[in-house]
Amino acid sequence: MSNIPAELRYTKSHEWVRKNDDGTLTIGISDHAQELLGDLVFVDAPESGSSFEQGEDCAVVESVKAASDVYCPISGEVVEANATLADAPETINADPYGDGWIFSIKPEDEGDFDNLMSSSEYTDHVAADDH
Amino acid sequence: MGQRTPLYDIHVNLQAKMVDFGGWDMPINYGSQIDEHHQVRKDAGMFDVSHMVVVDLTGERVKDFLRYLLANNVDRLKDAGKALYSCMLNEKGGVIDDLITYYMTDTWFRMVVNAATREKDLAWINKQSEAFNVTVNVRDDLAMIAVQGPNARDKVHAVLGDQAQALDGIGIFFMREIGDMAVARTGYTGEDGYEIMLPATEAASFWDSLIQAGVKPAGLGARDTLRLEAGMNLYGTDMDEETSPLESGLGWTIAWDPEARDFIGRKALEQQREQGTTKKFVGLLLEGKGVLRNHQKVIIDGLDDGEITSGSFSPTLGKAIAFARVPKSTGEQCKVDMRGKLMDVKVVKPPFVRQGKACI
Repeated sequence: MSNIPAELRYTKSHEWVRKNDDGTLTIGISDHAQELLGDLVFVDAPESGSSFEQGEDCAVVESVKAASDVYCPISGEVVEANATLADAPETINADPYGDGWIFSIKPEDEGDFDNLMSSSEYTDHVAADDH
Repeated sequence: MGQRTPLYDIHVNLQAKMVDFGGWDMPINYGSQIDEHHQVRKDAGMFDVSHMVVVDLTGERVKDFLRYLLANNVDRLKDAGKALYSCMLNEKGGVIDDLITYYMTDTWFRMVVNAATREKDLAWINKQSEAFNVTVNVRDDLAMIAVQGPNARDKVHAVLGDQAQALDGIGIFFMREIGDMAVARTGYTGEDGYEIMLPATEAASFWDSLIQAGVKPAGLGARDTLRLEAGMNLYGTDMDEETSPLESGLGWTIAWDPEARDFIGRKALEQQREQGTTKKFVGLLLEGKGVLRNHQKVIIDGLDDGEITSGSFSPTLGKAIAFARVPKSTGEQCKVDMRGKLMDVKVVKPPFVRQGKACI
């Protein structure tokens, strides 16, 4: 079974979102997503300062097996991208919720965070995916 | 549920990720396919290849039969145990399968063919063999384990103990029998090592002994990136019944001489050779980011499009590599349509990696 931390929010497309104290949001892909993709070999993270709408593709993670778009969970402006992933994309496999974060954003509307899936909703979503 | 090899329970206990491969439930990896790839390049890894089909062909005219059946010539096999890689063609010169044939005795050859093509291969071999009175015996009682890597042979010798003496001085592409086991110095990774055929009932305990000796399991995922780096074709993606070996980088496996040898597909191949083929089979190297994938379009200035037949990421080079079928006059540079973006790639001659070292 994959790891689904309770304190995070999730999307149907398998991104996770963490709310930081300064109001920014950190985003990555879930343990389930990295497991499905297998060994990651390239990450194309968004540039700081760029803005994305909710649901817009903003990054690409590519494994030996497949390339997969990452969709922006909430509209906002990119504050920072994880620079270590360029040389060490496997960090996402090893630590998807920690060092394997992909980017952080300043959301247009902080309230959007609460509309994302809870860990229990995402657990059900993953279970349904497996069938 | 697919078919299971004698090592299925072992794979499941090792928490392998199992996938369908030609109707078989096979391990794609045991955790990290890239770690398994490096394990084979740097030390020793092993693959369960028991799904592959071992066929014993016996009879007084078995040599005549194989001279007719295969595009390569078994007359090249002078010494007992020697192996030959060949294509088996249809009348149009298309590839029914690629295979390895071992010369056991003058009346006994052993053939190893692909699992995904099992039924059509056996039907074809049975049909063609009738005129030669050859007996076709499928050895489903055997399992097969490929142990590959720079330290693979030493580790197999350690497991075999005194029996390893039987392998003293074994040449590359030779097989020797040890009791009811057959050990061949062949493989599909570009590394030294053995492919070991043994009774299915003994496969699990032999596998465990290899693990004790420090050989690590590797799945079909690593097997694919290893063979791609090594410049070895995969049947069904790089060539099939609609493609000729001349357009698949396999011209070297056709034995044209002696001219009098009439093998299936010869006429069609000779015609292609006279008229000239319009396509060639090349390697591609992506300098930039991303991974080349099967069926991506290759774009060459002023020429027809080509297509990637096998594309992946090379863990040894840290770059994407591929095989592609492109127009004959393609030069040293072209572009690949990667998810809508045109990326520059270099045209190279495989192999990309041999015996742990980059060769491009």
